[in-house]
Amino acid sequence: MGYKIEKATEIADNIFEFWINAPHITKNARAGQFVVIRINDSGERIPLTISETDGSLVRIVFMAVGKTTTYLSTLKSGDEIRDIAGPLGHPSEMGNFGNCVVIGGGVGIACLPILARELKAAGNNVTGIIGARNESLLLLKDELATHCDELVVCTDDGSYGFHGFPADILKKKLSDGEKIDCVWIIGPGIMMKITSMATIPYKVKTYVSLNPIMVDGTGMCGSCRVTIGGETKFACVDGPEFDAHLVDWDELMSRQRTYTAQEKESLKLFQDHQCSCGGDHHD
Amino acid sequence: MTKRAGDERIADFNEVNEGISEQNAVLEALRCMDCVRPQCTKGCPVNIDISAFIRAIAEEDFKGAAAIIKKDNMLPAICGRVCPQENQCEGLCVLGKKEKPVRIGALERFVADREREAGMTLPEIMSPTGKRVAVVGSGPAGITAAAELARYGHSVTVFESLHEAGGVLTYGIPEFRLPKEIVKAEIEQILDMGVELKLNHIAGRTVSVEELLEFDAVFLGTGAGLPSFMGIEGENLSGVYSANEFLTRVNLMHANAFPEYDTPVMKGSRVAVVGGGNVAMDSARVSRRMGAEVYLIYRRREEDLPAREEEVHNAIEEGVEFICCANPVKILGGPAVTGIECVRMEMCDLDESGRPCPVPMKGDEAVFTLDVDVVIEAIGQSPNPLLVSLIEGLERGRRGNVIVDEHGLTSVDRIYAGGDIATGAATVIEAMGTARKAAVSINEMLMKK
Ligand SMILES: Cc1cc2nc3c(=O)[nH]c(=O)nc-3n(C[C@H](O)[C@H](O)[C@H](O)COP(=O)(O)OP(=O)(O)OC[C@H]3O[C@@H](n4cnc5c(N)ncnc54)[C@H](O)[C@@H]3O)c2cc1C
Ligand SMILES: Cc1cc2nc3c(=O)[nH]c(=O)nc-3n(C[C@H](O)[C@H](O)[C@H](O)COP(=O)(O)OP(=O)(O)OC[C@H]3O[C@@H](n4cnc5c(N)ncnc54)[C@H](O)[C@@H]3O)c2cc1C
Ligand code: SF4
Ligand code: SF4
Ligand code: FES
Repeated sequence: MGYKIEKATEIADNIFEFWINAPHITKNARAGQFVVIRINDSGERIPLTISETDGSLVRIVFMAVGKTTTYLSTLKSGDEIRDIAGPLGHPSEMGNFGNCVVIGGGVGIACLPILARELKAAGNNVTGIIGARNESLLLLKDELATHCDELVVCTDDGSYGFHGFPADILKKKLSDGEKIDCVWIIGPGIMMKITSMATIPYKVKTYVSLNPIMVDGTGMCGSCRVTIGGETKFACVDGPEFDAHLVDWDELMSRQRTYTAQEKESLKLFQDHQCSCGGDHHD
Repeated sequence: MTKRAGDERIADFNEVNEGISEQNAVLEALRCMDCVRPQCTKGCPVNIDISAFIRAIAEEDFKGAAAIIKKDNMLPAICGRVCPQENQCEGLCVLGKKEKPVRIGALERFVADREREAGMTLPEIMSPTGKRVAVVGSGPAGITAAAELARYGHSVTVFESLHEAGGVLTYGIPEFRLPKEIVKAEIEQILDMGVELKLNHIAGRTVSVEELLEFDAVFLGTGAGLPSFMGIEGENLSGVYSANEFLTRVNLMHANAFPEYDTPVMKGSRVAVVGGGNVAMDSARVSRRMGAEVYLIYRRREEDLPAREEEVHNAIEEGVEFICCANPVKILGGPAVTGIECVRMEMCDLDESGRPCPVPMKGDEAVFTLDVDVVIEAIGQSPNPLLVSLIEGLERGRRGNVIVDEHGLTSVDRIYAGGDIATGAATVIEAMGTARKAAVSINEMLMKK
């Protein structure tokens, strides 16, 4: 008993796209929500954003960073994972806001397609801004282009598109007096923190999707607590999207590092094991 | 019952209490006076026919004893281990007035363990009614409601958000008090009775409220899973846990066996557990087993500890250091915990519960600091709001609990509730008792139509 990976592809350097057969999730899934997966009986529960759905298939896109995501990346089309639960969290605030900007950094770009599609369907004018360190780390840009009225692509090193950060493009648009009604920023903590500062002077409603360490994802443990406007919230049930201007970023980023030593140990053990058995690591 | 020594126990997660032998079980059963009006049964929230099952043990008919218990309780191996018997069945046993009460819990456990080893028998199931019932949550309340409804011939689907069934039995109560193998075996019975169990299904998200209402009736058994925090400075430092998180990492995710299992936990070298209930005892004893020195900080006096006496003893035997009449005011450190600042408390006037009210003492001498690297807050849980806050018209009490009438019916037609979501954090057997009552009412409602 498990959930079948219908299609597994490496879509950018070390970034993987899986379509998983999970009809129980796709039925009620909305933009902004996530799943919790567990690969096998000894596995950890990890949260991943719902990137898109198609019939009974749910798409997740992840970067291989530690033991679980690296192990996941070795699975192939046709393999199964033990558990997938969701959709979890509140859906993104949805409505006809006018001009919306959706910004993705790194693997955070993966969260944008379903969001851009829903915003578009709700009647908004949607601008996408995506950024990655270099061209080999860019993902889903063709797909996003179909949902966005305008798509700006940036790379930190200038190997593709605009040479710079999404924050630069956002600042420019704002200072040029472009009318922006709502902004979403999804990416690494530091990128969300810096990019969201751009909208403060203009008082533009800005949402970010927070990614603290989670266990259950259902509000039962408090592992995911974050401070929003001085109040403790559980990101899995109160979020994961929050008003960017109220987030205590330093606390979030420091809590994310709680298990750094154990994570290193776990990944090393896995890689050593993988080498000794020729990379074939299927349960 | 036999118990291993404390320092030997903390070397592993094996069961502390080893149960009683057949010979002792029969001897103990012979102590029962087979009262005409047995008080013991009144103390049991599911009203097991205690004198009858004890008589069967005395006659060495263990299978018969199991059958009697299981008429009223499908989870006897669990209840025999975790029921606070001293306040329930055993608390009312007439023998308790002069000498020791009959050890009903131990006998129940003995019978259940015997049955499990010999192969379990299932209760009779009535012919299918064609009615469909949704049960939300697979803790003791959900399991009991499901079993009871299946027995009446209804088609039952249980939705559970986690990847394993059992609720607190699985993620909260540690292995050394309640082996998970036993939880699995007793839950397995409802699957054999034809109940459909859907794991990884969060009611309110995976299954919408409208979809739940497509069933002929709904039973809510979502428990009191929402952890409370003290609200003091430093609470979000790395190394501060709710008891729920700490226990879930260890019990459900096996973090004690990291890196064999992938989920990490900060074991800590010196751990402060805040609270004085059973959950605090469990957290402290788990910490001891992972090698930490453990302080348990409680704001009232030792004699006020709300935990079961037996669990307090176990914790003391295992080397947990109790610091009573003290309350944390600040957690020190950054980004990781380095200490906890506490203030001594004095007991003043009686509060509404009739206990003296703890009040912080004044002056610098009243403040002290403990060097610790992990803090576990076990100060209570409230009803899980995820689903119930989405149901329109569902009346809830001040503490978030779902309000039910004497039949377990909520303010919404066809929706019933039982267990901690209705009562607030209580006990396994009370959850089972309220769930059974609701199942009986659901059956009556369905069969009337
Ligand atoms: C709501 C949410 C949505 C997310 N969506 C995506 C996504 O779409 N794509 C993607 O690549 N990543 C996503 N993440 C992050 C992803 O969960 C982590 O990268 C993953 O858990 C790392 O696991 P690991 O064992 O491979 O790495 P580890 O070596 O264990 O950890 C690497 C880093 O990931 C974070 N992390 C570790 N364990 C967890 C955990 N249980 N929960 C959350 N974070 C953890 C920590 O900050 C850690 O430092 C999301 C996180 C959240 C909270
Ligand atoms: C650490 C600890 C130790 C304890 N020790 C004892 C003891 O020794 N003796 C004793 O009698 N009692 C003890 N208790 C109390 C006892 O465990 C509870 O009273 C009892 O488990 C309540 O049962 P329940 O079925 O109402 O809820 P729970 O056991 O909490 O089960 C609720 C279930 O519902 C699921 N759920 C919640 N929301 C949803 C949703 N929206 N969709 C799907 N599923 C959902 C949860 O995941 C969970 O599995 C202890 C409690 C704790 C926390
Ligand atoms: S279920 Fe609990 S209260 Fe009832 S008889 Fe057994 S031990 Fe006593
Ligand atoms: S009250 Fe005590 S002695 Fe009387 S029947 Fe019950 S267990 Fe036996
Ligand atoms: S992950 Fe457990 S409460 Fe949010």
